[in-house]
Amino acid sequence: MKARILLPALLLLLFAASLLTPWSDFAQLWQQDQALALAVLQELRLPRASLALTYGAMLGAAGAAIQALFANPLASPDLTGTTSGAALGAVVTAYLLGFASPLALSAGAVAGALGALLLLLALAGPKAETATLLLAGLAISALAGALTTLALALAPSPFAFYDAYDWLMGSLIDRSLSQAAFAGIPALLTIMLLLRLRAPLDALTLGEDVAISFGYDVRRLRIEIVSLTALGVGACVAICGAIGFIGLVAPIFARRLTGGHPGRAILPAAALGGALLLAADLAVRAAPLGRTLPIGVVTALLGAPFFLWLVAHMRWRFER
Amino acid sequence: MTAPLAATGLALPGRLEPTDLLVDAPSLVCLVGPNGSGKTSLLHALAGIGAPSSTVRIGGVDCGGAAPAERRRLLAFLPASREAAWPVTVRDLVALGLPAGAAAAEADWAIAALALEEFANRRIDQLSTGERSRALIARALAPKPRLLLLDEPVANLDPLWQLRLMDLLKRTVAAGQTVLIALHDLDLAARYADRLIVMNARRIVADGEPRALIEGDAIRSVFGIQMGKDGWQPV
Repeated sequence: MKARILLPALLLLLFAASLLTPWSDFAQLWQQDQALALAVLQELRLPRASLALTYGAMLGAAGAAIQALFANPLASPDLTGTTSGAALGAVVTAYLLGFASPLALSAGAVAGALGALLLLLALAGPKAETATLLLAGLAISALAGALTTLALALAPSPFAFYDAYDWLMGSLIDRSLSQAAFAGIPALLTIMLLLRLRAPLDALTLGEDVAISFGYDVRRLRIEIVSLTALGVGACVAICGAIGFIGLVAPIFARRLTGGHPGRAILPAAALGGALLLAADLAVRAAPLGRTLPIGVVTALLGAPFFLWLVAHMRWRFER
Repeated sequence: MTAPLAATGLALPGRLEPTDLLVDAPSLVCLVGPNGSGKTSLLHALAGIGAPSSTVRIGGVDCGGAAPAERRRLLAFLPASREAAWPVTVRDLVALGLPAGAAAAEADWAIAALALEEFANRRIDQLSTGERSRALIARALAPKPRLLLLDEPVANLDPLWQLRLMDLLKRTVAAGQTVLIALHDLDLAARYADRLIVMNARRIVADGEPRALIEGDAIRSVFGIQMGKDGWQPV
């Protein structure tokens, strides 16, 4: 109950902070030139804050849905190859058409994510066991990563290399409002569609056979979830590059709010994912390094130790 | 009166030869048979798991077209695995068996029926295997479905709880529900079943009154055991 009030309040607070931080600079600018301050707000801060919110929410919701589907707290868009497939698709598109056309980039990233998904289904089969699916996802991630590196090595020019490399590390900076819309609208639509699947995902707690006996079409559910996450994550990756670990971390905390229920955790996971990425972006701005850190590096720096803790924690639990 | 269960074309490739099944009055039906004889497959086919060609009518209602909320009132299936994918509490687990919006009293009834009150708010990964079995059985019983399909429900239960559960199933039958269970304990089957179905090599080989079947040749020929003066013995 408390989370219903606290989570939206936290999101609102972080969103406002993202718009107005650093406050001293903004207040000063507002006194000097209100029109310029408004332009900064609208052209720079608003796209950045809304991208952090929607991309983070998308990763949280996709992670929650994928973990529920695979009945595995270690599953996430990173692990099923969705993110790396999307990154590969976007890099290849960028080489062909440049980074300037968001529509083409989005299409390339969604195509890459879907390609990874189709390869996953072909490798693991439509009725794959969890272990097979995760292994296949890992192999696809490795393959897509290697192909992305190859694409970087074959970059047509040093500038193309630098652009692609910078983008790959994940960044929310210097995106326009229309770019933010290209990522945010598919993300929000996808989250709403994923929310419709809460009940069958909760039923999967009792196992696939019981969910089928309830009358849920588990095969269709699997295809719906993997396609929706490919679409939503792909659209976000196209604009901001790959940002890891939020899809893994947010659902794990979200399930603590829903008593362990995996499907019901989609909405809180989306809220937590948005909050995490907004907070990570604020941390990037506050870091006294003289230059802006890529946000993907920050989430990985914070996420990887958490992942290690999680693995160790699971090992202790199972070996006890 | 419409039959509690009328199923036709039950079949699973390589696991269950095509068969029909009619239960014409609420009763406790026990499925017995050696490992791999098709008991679980028959329950799967009735529960709609991987048997697209079958038609299952429960009290005259075709299960195939029923929405999940309605299906939960028609049938409940308890798989032989006693695992749950996520560590929810016992109360939440039981509620998963009920349609959305069902009254909390229904879950409370099932929790009380399996004496789980003291565990109700505990997570299922903190229970013993037997306690978890009872929680999963409570989940299946909670919606009071017209047809209960339970795969080895007494597995993992202590002797007292085996008897308590069989008594509870008898009472659900008296209340008008039909119960089909796969069972390995022939003595429990003889004592509680209204009807015994013997399976072997993926098909039903005998079907009838339990005592007559158990004292007759069916058990001897299928299992290779017979009743001696010290109980069941290999032939």
